[in-house]
Amino acid sequence: MKKLLSIFAVVAFAFSAHAGTLDDVKNRGFLKCGVTTGLAGFAAPDDSGEWAGLDADMCRAVAVAVFGDRSKVEFITTTGKSRFPTLASGEVDMLARNTTWTISRDVNLGFEFVGVNFYDGQGFMIPSALGVSSATELDGATVCIQTGTTTELNLADFFRLNGISYEALPIETNDEGKENLFAGRCDVYTTDASGLSSTRAAASNPDKWVVLPEIISKEPLGPLVRHGDHQWGDVVRWSLNAMIIAEELGVTSENVDAQLGSNVPEVLRLLGVEGSYGEMLELAPDWAYQIIKQIGNYSESYEANVGPDTPLEIARGLNALWTQGGILYAPPFR
Amino acid sequence: MRSNLNFFSDERFRSIFFQTLVVGLFALGIFFIVQTTAYNLEKRNIATGWRFLSDPAGFDISFSPFLEFKSTDTHLKVYFVGVLNTLLVSITGCIAATILGFLVGIIRLSSNWLLSRISYIYVEFTRNVPLLLQIILWYSILIQLPRVKQSLQILDVFYISNRGLYSPRPIFESGFTYIFIAIILALISSFFIRRWAKKRQELTGDQYPVFYTSFGLIFIIPLILFFILGSPMSFEYPEMKGFNFKGGLVIRPEFIAMFLALSIYTAAFISETVRAGILSVTKGQREASAALGLKQSWIMRLIIIPQALRVIVPPLTSQYLNLTKNSSLGIAVGYADLVHGFGGISLNQTGQAIECMVIVMATYLTISLTISFFMNIYNRSIQFKEK
Repeated sequence: MKKLLSIFAVVAFAFSAHAGTLDDVKNRGFLKCGVTTGLAGFAAPDDSGEWAGLDADMCRAVAVAVFGDRSKVEFITTTGKSRFPTLASGEVDMLARNTTWTISRDVNLGFEFVGVNFYDGQGFMIPSALGVSSATELDGATVCIQTGTTTELNLADFFRLNGISYEALPIETNDEGKENLFAGRCDVYTTDASGLSSTRAAASNPDKWVVLPEIISKEPLGPLVRHGDHQWGDVVRWSLNAMIIAEELGVTSENVDAQLGSNVPEVLRLLGVEGSYGEMLELAPDWAYQIIKQIGNYSESYEANVGPDTPLEIARGLNALWTQGGILYAPPFR
Repeated sequence: MRSNLNFFSDERFRSIFFQTLVVGLFALGIFFIVQTTAYNLEKRNIATGWRFLSDPAGFDISFSPFLEFKSTDTHLKVYFVGVLNTLLVSITGCIAATILGFLVGIIRLSSNWLLSRISYIYVEFTRNVPLLLQIILWYSILIQLPRVKQSLQILDVFYISNRGLYSPRPIFESGFTYIFIAIILALISSFFIRRWAKKRQELTGDQYPVFYTSFGLIFIIPLILFFILGSPMSFEYPEMKGFNFKGGLVIRPEFIAMFLALSIYTAAFISETVRAGILSVTKGQREASAALGLKQSWIMRLIIIPQALRVIVPPLTSQYLNLTKNSSLGIAVGYADLVHGFGGISLNQTGQAIECMVIVMATYLTISLTISFFMNIYNRSIQFKEK
């Protein structure tokens, strides 16, 4: 019966005059957002069972933009492997899942990356007892690697380029990687540097582990939607941009009410006091105000989830604003 | 109107009509699914086709005992590596499960209370715990073995760690060809000796020691030849170099976990099949053969098992099929089988989900049908020959 229903669903989907994702989300009453199976700092349930993290905030920001309510999200966990089919089939409206923006995913898989919410790069983590100081000394090592990721391909390239050998131990989730690394089944764990920091923070004794200095790839991580629905793509894109612009303009969740009376024109446009940008996006006029009020600007989200004061201890680095030595840059709000 | 009624009251017409209707609806349904899928794929700009098979994979597979695999090899080669790994764990698993299953099945019927209880507990426990959990349990145990630097050492040549079991690898030198030929000749002649001995026994009643003769031919003669030729075989020993052992033969914990879980799980089912088979042979057969003065082991081997096999083999076939299909759970522990390698990593890196899944499904279908085919031939050969 279930099978039959899903066939009908597919057929109905195929032949219905295609309503946009935004309308679907509005009609449903909540957003379906694909996240990781649990990566502290990015998307993982906190002590009270609420999803928290940089990516989780991204999902909530979109929910706030559409509904004005940060709780109108259903978080759907996806593995490295299941994430793309889940998005393509319409099971989720968007992915905010540490996903690297690459040409083949953008073009061949039929997705649209709407921006970058974390600039990352692939690194290596090993026990400090091994006394290795550079990734080029890893000849013959067993490497734990999450399958179906760009890191898997970068790894092969890196070792080939340096003419050294390795043994890959393919694993499915970050937790399996942790388990195998801590048990010594593999010598090295490689994934995005942010993921390594998250894994290291979860170790019983973080000092026993070092993250090697080499960063072997560019990994711009960002939210993505299905290709072809530009209206929905715009909603997600500008939800992210609104948070970045808010940081640029110094608007925070604390001072946002005071900023409603600001004399800076871009602040007034952002908060919906002037202009009709909400209407253009088919959202409420105060959508960006609500995002900042309920979630905070990019910096607030960063500091609360992955920043130096969290167990992950990731400095802003590349993820600082372009005005502060980083490359985080959002197009102007006008 | 009248003629219409006549048509439907005709049983043959009615049956043909409804069968055509069902087949037609089924075909229409399939057509509909294919159309919808193609339409949706196109609408979402997902490229389809088989071209990706010849693209370089870009990732490495370390567990590939039969083919050397590099990241520059194609996805098609990923497929072959996967098929070989699936076959490896399936075939070794089936052999082990059969041996263990027969033993446990026979022990379960033993009059020794303790032994039969132990097999009872084993069967009930393994049969009723999901296989996936058993695979993960075995793997969790195996990765708790000592780390590679603290490997357990046996006789200075075997090393056990959570990276696997390392043993020396035999290297055959040129003279070994003769020994190999000798073994093959011995196998062939053993086969003919067995046939000849059977015929002779039917004619004269005399027995000929087939087992000892074959043993001598297959093992002793090649062994003597081996020493005459000056031991044309050497070993490559595993050696600790840097992070890992280099050289030698290695059996990975991922394979061991899969092998143990699959064979132990399936053996429980096989043992029940064997028990049912043995119990299906009437008590009179056993009593009659005892009355003839046959030894206990002969009664089992010559009277009970041949009759029990007729009952055992058909369900045994389906257990082999189950084991083979269950090997697709390899992904749980990172065993690079067909589903994990080609149906997982390749699928994911290329995004060609439908193509990969179709190939994987067709492959399992082929393997299963091949197993069925050979088991059916075997089944026919052990059925009662009516004379």
